Amino acid sequence: MGNLGFVFKRELMSYFATPLAYVFIVIFLITNGIFTFDLGGLFLRGQADLLPFFGFHPWLYLFMVPAIAMTLWADERKTGTIELLLTLPVRLADAILGKFLAAWVLIGIALALTFPVWITVNYLGDPDNGVILAAYIGSWFMAGGFLAIGSCMSACTKNSVIAFILTVAICFLFVIMGSPILLDAFPGWMPQVLVDAFSAMGFLTHFDSIAKGVLDMRDFLFFSAFIGAWLMASAIVIEIKKAS
Amino acid sequence: MIEINKLTKKFDQFVAVDGLSFTVIEGEVLGFLGPNGAGKSTTMKVITGFLSPSSGSVKIDGNDISQRSLKAKSLIGYLPEGAPSYGDMTTIEFLRFIAQVRGFRGEEIDKRVEHVIAEVALEAVREQTIETLSKGFKRRVGLAQAIMHDPKVLILDEPTDGLDPNQKHHVRELIKNLAKDKIVIISTHILEEVTAVCTRAIIIAKGCIVADGTPAELESRSRYHQAIKITLTDEYDISADLNGLANVETVEASEDERLSYIIVAKDGHSIFSQVSEIAQDKHWPVSEFHVERGQLEDVFRNVTQQAEGAH
Repeated sequence: MGNLGFVFKRELMSYFATPLAYVFIVIFLITNGIFTFDLGGLFLRGQADLLPFFGFHPWLYLFMVPAIAMTLWADERKTGTIELLLTLPVRLADAILGKFLAAWVLIGIALALTFPVWITVNYLGDPDNGVILAAYIGSWFMAGGFLAIGSCMSACTKNSVIAFILTVAICFLFVIMGSPILLDAFPGWMPQVLVDAFSAMGFLTHFDSIAKGVLDMRDFLFFSAFIGAWLMASAIVIEIKKAS
Repeated sequence: MIEINKLTKKFDQFVAVDGLSFTVIEGEVLGFLGPNGAGKSTTMKVITGFLSPSSGSVKIDGNDISQRSLKAKSLIGYLPEGAPSYGDMTTIEFLRFIAQVRGFRGEEIDKRVEHVIAEVALEAVREQTIETLSKGFKRRVGLAQAIMHDPKVLILDEPTDGLDPNQKHHVRELIKNLAKDKIVIISTHILEEVTAVCTRAIIIAKGCIVADGTPAELESRSRYHQAIKITLTDEYDISADLNGLANVETVEASEDERLSYIIVAKDGHSIFSQVSEIAQDKHWPVSEFHVERGQLEDVFRNVTQQAEGAH
């Protein structure tokens, strides 16, 4: 295990050493339940799929993921541990990736604990489990996209509340980018290429097809590249801001 | 060996460190002094590779901190200012994490961790979370992580700041024991610390070196070098008796004691024998009589204020 692994382990341990991980998981499960059953009407639809469940995930992540992401670097800067961490023989990339993965795995654990919903639909009907698995993975990748934005925003400031607000704002932008609400607002004279490019960056564009079970590698590729880009941006921001 | 060559660090327009050059060799304990804001911490942050220099270079045993940073960092143990550590971990968890990142594996981890716990006396708090520890213990946890890999270079930013006198003494003893074949750089503004542990002192002001020498050499630059401090039992006009002596500059009343005077020597000449002769001849009512080595505080104030005035 390299130093990436040790940073990862330390971060994950510290989530579970404090109530943070448990609070996050419990709230995540409760809100998920409300969204799926009350608002989404999973039972009333009479269909054996998890579309209402996954359909709400972008909106759920919009607030839950920034809450995890906000402390990633802001707290390191505030307590000065960033100076300790970055003077250890740890590459910056390992530190960024280790922290990111730990938070991502925490979200993954919370997501995996929604399995009773999956058992329920299997009990009541005969869903396409391949589609559900793909949607789970897609949902997790989308959460990674949110988290990568959060990593970068958290590196921008010592104040985790500011990091939270910035992350929510930027994530919101990326969620609605592909939605008709925003696309309709474009004036007619805008070249179609631009509108398409804009909508291609939207999370909903990619996630909607994943949630419906259309497993297109390009959607996964989009989220992977998106995560990579924002983590690289985190590295640049950390380099610039660490002196202050 | 640490070679620092024309090191400059700018923040926007502000020059924090301005063309610093010096070399530190094994066995030296370097006291890094300067007023607040002189660039001490910034220099240390650049030496340890946390900040990258604007220009100039830092080499640790020939490894450039910017180019071969992982190798250079592995040679350094660093206690940042304020001894930051992960508050939600227990002492032992934190030290184990450091040991792993420092490259220890398997049984070696426990061996090293136990060793440093014994070295800085952390036995009592090994299972406590760090955020619940007192300032002194937190500082010691910071020291423990710095010496984890028995580093060749130990860089300590204000290691005794905020400790009580016993803890200060303990930390100084520790530093002295560690120093044998290592390079130690300590930043401090406690001057007694320099005389207590350092073999060399560098004073910086406005990012430049204004004095560099052994503590004794620096003390000898004080106007109180070779001065005689004398305490009397009764009122007596000693300055009248000293009028004839060419090497006596002036006689000052001591600030902190009544009936106590400082006889300042001219240009650091030894005046002990002459003054003691006169004292005997004239039957001065003396209760205390000793030669000052010089006051580091005086030198510190002189050189740093000169530098600040020059800008």
